[in-house]
Amino acid sequence: MITTTDTPVAPNLGGSGHTLSIFVNNAPGVLMRICQVFSRRGFNIDSLVVSQGRDPSFSRMTIGITGDPAGLDQIIKQVNKLIDVIHCFEHTSNNSVTKEMILIKILCSTDDRSAALQITEHFSGKTVDLTPSSMVVMITGDSPKLDAAVIMFSQYEIIETVRTGKVVMARGEQPT
Amino acid sequence: MSKQQLDGAQALIKTLDDLGIEYIFGYSGGAAIPIFDALETVKTKMKFILVRHEQGAVHMADGYARATGRPAAVLVTSGPGAGNTVTGLMTAMMDSVPMIVICGQTVTWMLGKDAFQEADIFGITIPVVKHNWLVKDSNALPRVAREAYHVATTGRPGPVLIDVPKDISQGPFSGEMEPEINLPGYNPEKDFDICPEGVKAAAALIANAKRPVILAGQGCMIARADKELMHLATTLDCPVTSTLLGKGVFPENHPLSLGMLGMHGTAYANKAMVECDLLINIGSRFDDRIIGQPSKFCKDAKIIHIDIDPAEAGKMIQPDVMIVGDAKAAIAEINEKIAPAKHPEWNAKLDGYRKKFPLGYKKQGGLRMQQVIDELYNLTNGEAIVSTDVGQHQMWAAQFYKNHESFHWLSSGGAGTMGFGFPAAIGAQFACPDKTVISISGDGGFQMTLFELATAAIHKLPVKIVVLNNHYLGMVRQWQELFYEDRTSGVDLVGNPDFCKLAAAYGIPSVYIKRPADVTKQLEKALAYNDGPILIHAECVKTDNVFPMIPAGAALEDMITEAPKTKMAKPVGST
Repeated sequence: MITTTDTPVAPNLGGSGHTLSIFVNNAPGVLMRICQVFSRRGFNIDSLVVSQGRDPSFSRMTIGITGDPAGLDQIIKQVNKLIDVIHCFEHTSNNSVTKEMILIKILCSTDDRSAALQITEHFSGKTVDLTPSSMVVMITGDSPKLDAAVIMFSQYEIIETVRTGKVVMARGEQPT
Repeated sequence: MSKQQLDGAQALIKTLDDLGIEYIFGYSGGAAIPIFDALETVKTKMKFILVRHEQGAVHMADGYARATGRPAAVLVTSGPGAGNTVTGLMTAMMDSVPMIVICGQTVTWMLGKDAFQEADIFGITIPVVKHNWLVKDSNALPRVAREAYHVATTGRPGPVLIDVPKDISQGPFSGEMEPEINLPGYNPEKDFDICPEGVKAAAALIANAKRPVILAGQGCMIARADKELMHLATTLDCPVTSTLLGKGVFPENHPLSLGMLGMHGTAYANKAMVECDLLINIGSRFDDRIIGQPSKFCKDAKIIHIDIDPAEAGKMIQPDVMIVGDAKAAIAEINEKIAPAKHPEWNAKLDGYRKKFPLGYKKQGGLRMQQVIDELYNLTNGEAIVSTDVGQHQMWAAQFYKNHESFHWLSSGGAGTMGFGFPAAIGAQFACPDKTVISISGDGGFQMTLFELATAAIHKLPVKIVVLNNHYLGMVRQWQELFYEDRTSGVDLVGNPDFCKLAAAYGIPSVYIKRPADVTKQLEKALAYNDGPILIHAECVKTDNVFPMIPAGAALEDMITEAPKTKMAKPVGST
């Protein structure tokens, strides 16, 4: 499952933002249990990616959140306490890689197209849909890169953007 | 279906029996009929008790568990039946009480289609259970029931719920009766690995302490750490206070006992908190009614916190040493590392406080609830199982009914659920048929679950049903008097029934007490009656206040021991 957002401006996950990786039983209701832990303690979920694990009896969740850092430790403990949670770790940019994908749909006439393609190329993106009046660009990378791409494409009329939310993986041999 | 083949419901009931469940409290309904039918078709040792409201069933299972440490089951139907268990689940969850609630549910193909008596009880109860299951395979029922029992009774115990659609209970069963449980995210066996560094650090703090205090919570009771706790306290000559739920785990008639601490705890227990240089909290979660203002709590003391739940570490109070694990295992480890100590000055100082601020009450100017409770304590030698409801009478019962042993005090602490006490006493009496069980309620709370008079009467349970009637919701009225310029609002229980006549309607005898001089005689009469329930209606003074009191959110040193002469500011804490 991948959640989407229509906001053209990316949530700022720097500063008070945190990324949690949660390994859970692939069972109905798990997401609800986890979301309740966050919402009850005033944490807002900025991004959420859930997908089946390599072993289909488990799922992997990557959750980007903002909230009082003092409460984060408590959140992690409460999440770990859930029976369906195998483990929950917080990851920082120092010890992990985070990647995200964005689809940007812009109004773009034939005259403007080559400039738009240059921007796409700059961000190592791809054009995934093209019409005489519009194009959809796909870009992957860390969140600041995606934010920068959105700013660059703002010179066109952005119809909508969809971001996947961050996925995170611990560096080296550490498990995520 | 061959004669031998079980259906899902039969496999479920058989599993509960195999797990050693002794009682099922419940109320039937359409979606649960197959499970109720299995109670008739499967031969078990279990006894089913038909209650009069699902809330009664859950509180009975709660009382059963608090009196024994073992879970009972609750069986209700879908929709409203399941919904009526929510308050009881929340009550059990807040107080770490094990129980297994089984709900009927509409058939799987109607889920989410607003079927008759359909409720998403799985979703509704997620925040109020330790774990829950919606079963979609008849063959999974024995595994789920075993997992439910395991989750409810290990680690930090708690209530669990199993939602069973009607086609699943009715469907044929061809699975295993004793399957392996599959809970990869749940490892309570780790609770018995006590971190040696933590024990060493704790022992070092203990060796240096001049004014130590032990705070014994319900965690000690659940872990059955009574003996280890006694050894720790007596070896260290260390006073012990307990939480509301921990009452009895350290005998309250022991010279080292300070009684209960907190908002309405004894003055000497709270003074000990303020003046100690080491607090050893074993199995208490630092409830807000204990700590008052977190930043001022035990601010000059070192703090050792032992808790089985890692999420309690630093939740309210940051300890100097945190030991996560089973209380019995942890105390046993610490006991290995400590040397006998004496603290004569410290104990003498606390004795001074005991003398200066004793718990007391007036015997003139009308009947006081405290006197009834105090006399119940004397007449039963503190050996009865006492359940309470919530409010003033609860705090007075905590103060005046001293508990001598574990599992004898049943009170809704965290949730503060009015209506809890009477059904909980029924559950405890089922669990302990030979014990004296006393239900102490106020007139408000008793009327919330009085329908269970029928259950007590039918089974001739010798519960002593004490109704302390002041015609008020007294605790709220006390707050309104102290903090809201005596504007009573929504607390006057005009129109209370004649409780003796009410009991008579159920065929239950009663005694009536109005004069302080009659208390002993009437209570003796009631305590001597064991042919069934008896109701004790005590007509008490309307306006009396519980002291000592620490206003919610205030520091412990701001405790008041008598009615203030001047107006008090509204409390900053919640309740």
